[in-house]
Amino acid sequence: MIISVLRSMVILTVLASLGGCGETVLSPIGPIGAAERTILLDSVAIMLAIVVPTIVATLAFAWWFRHGNSRARYRPRWAYSGELELLMWSVPALVILFLGGIAWIGSHDLDPAKPLHPKPLQIEVVSLDWKWLFIYPGQQVASINRMVVPAGVPLHLRVTSASVMNVFFVPRLGSEIYSMSGMATQLNLQADEPGTYPGLSANFSGDGFPYMRFNFEALPAPQFDAWITAARSTGGVLDDAAYRGLLRQSAPLHPYTYRSVQPGLFDRIVTLQLPRGEGPRSGRPSPDIKPIAVH
Amino acid sequence: MFGKLTWQAIPFDEPIALGAAALIGLVLCAVLVWVIVKGYVPYLWREWITSVDHKRIGVMYCVLAMIMLLRGFIDALMMRSQQALALHAPGYLPPEHYDQIFSAHGTIMIFFVAMPFVIGLMNFAVPLQLGVRDVAFPTLNSVSFWLTAAGSFLVTLSLVVGEFARTGWLAYPPLSELTYSPGVGVDYYLWALEISGIGTLMAGINMATTILKMRAPGLSYTRMPVFCWTSLASNLLIIAAFPILTAVLSMLLLDRYCGFHFFTNDAGGNPMMFVNLIWAWGHPEVYILILPAFGVFSEVISTFSGKPLFGYRSMVAATMVICILSFMVWLHHFFTMGAGGDVNGVFGIMSMVIAVPTGVKVFNWLFTMYGGRIRFTSAMLWSVGFMVTFVIGGMSGVLLAVPPADFALHNSLFLVAHFHNVIIGGVLFGALAGTAYWFPKAFGFTLDERLGKAAFWFWLVGFYVAFMPLYVLGLMGMTRRMQHYDQPEWRPWLLIAAAGVLLILTGIALQVAQLFVSIRTRNQRRDPTGDPWDGRTLEWTTASPPPVFNFAIYPDVTGAEPYSGMKERALESMQPAQEPKYEAIAIPRNTPTGFVTAFFAVVTGFAMIWHIWWLVTIGLIGAYATFVAFAWRDVGETEIPAEEVARIDRATREVRAAALRRTHARQHEQGQSA
Ligand code: HEM
Ligand SMILES: [Cu+2]
Repeated sequence: MIISVLRSMVILTVLASLGGCGETVLSPIGPIGAAERTILLDSVAIMLAIVVPTIVATLAFAWWFRHGNSRARYRPRWAYSGELELLMWSVPALVILFLGGIAWIGSHDLDPAKPLHPKPLQIEVVSLDWKWLFIYPGQQVASINRMVVPAGVPLHLRVTSASVMNVFFVPRLGSEIYSMSGMATQLNLQADEPGTYPGLSANFSGDGFPYMRFNFEALPAPQFDAWITAARSTGGVLDDAAYRGLLRQSAPLHPYTYRSVQPGLFDRIVTLQLPRGEGPRSGRPSPDIKPIAVH
Repeated sequence: MFGKLTWQAIPFDEPIALGAAALIGLVLCAVLVWVIVKGYVPYLWREWITSVDHKRIGVMYCVLAMIMLLRGFIDALMMRSQQALALHAPGYLPPEHYDQIFSAHGTIMIFFVAMPFVIGLMNFAVPLQLGVRDVAFPTLNSVSFWLTAAGSFLVTLSLVVGEFARTGWLAYPPLSELTYSPGVGVDYYLWALEISGIGTLMAGINMATTILKMRAPGLSYTRMPVFCWTSLASNLLIIAAFPILTAVLSMLLLDRYCGFHFFTNDAGGNPMMFVNLIWAWGHPEVYILILPAFGVFSEVISTFSGKPLFGYRSMVAATMVICILSFMVWLHHFFTMGAGGDVNGVFGIMSMVIAVPTGVKVFNWLFTMYGGRIRFTSAMLWSVGFMVTFVIGGMSGVLLAVPPADFALHNSLFLVAHFHNVIIGGVLFGALAGTAYWFPKAFGFTLDERLGKAAFWFWLVGFYVAFMPLYVLGLMGMTRRMQHYDQPEWRPWLLIAAAGVLLILTGIALQVAQLFVSIRTRNQRRDPTGDPWDGRTLEWTTASPPPVFNFAIYPDVTGAEPYSGMKERALESMQPAQEPKYEAIAIPRNTPTGFVTAFFAVVTGFAMIWHIWWLVTIGLIGAYATFVAFAWRDVGETEIPAEEVARIDRATREVRAAALRRTHARQHEQGQSA
């Protein structure tokens, strides 16, 4: 009860401070983000129950017991009270017990690797210097810096890196995950509300890092099929040679697609059968490959 | 001949970097010229540079921290202004420059501001609180300090010669490996931290030994002031954690210099291992910083409330619990690496458990104020400001310890807001409270309180204006380390944050003014009693500034808060304590060992960075020769004769006796009027 009151208070303050605009992790577009939002707000509410009284008491005690307040009683030797100390240890402990439960259940329920559905749409994500490659193994197409998915369909992402670490993150979808060379992390997501949302890298990856953003587009199923069809008919072929081209440090001006992808490409990246990102050409502070454009 | 070092290394093409470097160089030269012209060099050399007195070394640590704070803050100003401009635009700092700035800012603020500040305060105050004459290993202490200074010198040098790391303050591989960072920036980072890290480790051993082995007669563990307890915990953590840092950075150095594959992408290297190791040091590190700050607040709040600390035993227990738990939570820095529900759950819960003893501490301070008679000096203002601010920062920290919440907030500006919330509101406020509190002890005069309080308010308000917007931005999905961005809804919050930084700037300017004014008017603000705050612990029993030997005779401790007890007894009997029998005191001789070692450390580090192998050899030989020369010294100590000790101590006692008479008269009057 108290928690739900506190929770609505939290939501109200947070929303007010966000100017009412909803482009935040607190306005999720899918179940994962929604569950994370609930946990986030509940935790804050639980903690406020102890934090607000503490802050108020601090200010109140400091003010009341100020030197020169003749009404406050000075107790120069009072420095111990068994009951108070018991309370001091047990109140935070109880709060933490409660939050710990949330953390334990939450980290299992929302484990990024936990499948949402037995047959999700598979997407393979590769972070490169400084662009994102999205491979649709079932559809045999690939896309650079634009991730298109059907709305309402569970997604299963396998994420790796072709060079340094990055973090795949679409704030309004929820759940970040690191992309690391030589391994594939997993992420299960779902976007229910059609629309275009910003996605980005949440781990610094070098000078081109701010260019590591992409559009995440959730389309109604027919439009998604149309997009796949269109992708199949335009763009090049993502084979070894094309992949090697991607390894050079660059930031493409516009998203583009590949009409077909060599099967097994992602696994060969993960198992290090293909080369890694080249890195810069020299060690001088100005990198010789500047990102191509600022959008 | 000069390895990789050519004229190319000077950033002529980066006017801002060069301008900044030129300015710093100019200021340094001006100071140097002034020192030389005024003839201060022999004095500085004799009294400070070669000093092995823990008080002097403590002061030098704090001065180093304050200077580097200015540097780190200028970096912050640049980042804030860049982000205020860089919506759909490149701003004025290109990525390769911006990336150096946030890396330098983080590195400097943690290693060369926060660390020297807390180590400086511990160095200064702990031996005084323990009632002893110095730390366990005085010369080692000087070496530690100068190695830290050497590290900050290398970081500063990277502004002019070459570049600094462009990897963030923890230099995660593979980005920090040779393939992706071929320049010298990461090498500057690594050598600066290797050198200063060894200094820190030695400082930790020194201080822990001092606390464990050298206490005034009767000062048992359960009578130690809480600042000594938190210092003990902090230094034990240094001893346990810093070797990890040194080792992990050495492995990265081997990767970069000798083609090893500890953390590379290929040949079996594992970058995640670096991330684990660096945080196995990194999380204890934040407690290394905050525990001494907790100690300062405990002293300050108790003194200015005119009461003993509430729940001393709880406080000590909480400190030691934190000390142990801090080693069990490092994984919370990478919940999003996909460890799985069990691992994330365990580390999430462990992280929250630390909040329990921390919460206990906050309640202890709260009830120390309860029933007190609080004097709002600036030290006390910093403490109350801390309590409010830290509770908020702690809350956002616990939130980030809930794995599913962290999944949405990791690496965002929410995180940046959180750690500044605890580090500024906790560590920095603590260091500033400690400075306000112990300054009169160190120099014998008080700081201007009006300017000090004004500075506090600007810092406090500035902090909130600069960092609360970052919480919002984090929720809006903005990540850290963005050189530019294209989401217009972020802009207003970044502008507010920039305004906050200007408020902090005003606070810093007021602090500089405070120092300046206080020094100019020091003769009016002398504190002859050595006890300006009605202190309760041993450091206030001696003169301000204390004589080199701190205490003419070892204080005899018969209870907790020894000085309160002594003062009460003296007031009751109207008799200052009996004059003791003075004896000659042996003190360690000053030595340039620390300074010379650090000089060769800089030479070695610099030569390593630029691959100038012959210079590396010279540097190493020089450092070793310094060590040998020191080890073969004939006379290690000088003696202060008993008459001299007596003369110094009698002067203090006279002032004390007069003060005692005044207090007595005052109490008498009050008694009659009541
Ligand atoms: C004095 C006021 C301060 C301001 C205005 C400030 C501002 C900033 C800003 C703007 C960033 C970059 C955020 C981003 O990545 O987008 C940052 C990062 C950081 N700050 Fe501060 N800061 C201040 C003080 C401190 C202090 C006192 C410490 C530690 C003792 C500190 C430690 C750090 C660290 C470790 C980072 C991360 C650097 C990185 O990304 O590698 N800062 N700060
Ligand atoms: Cu941590």
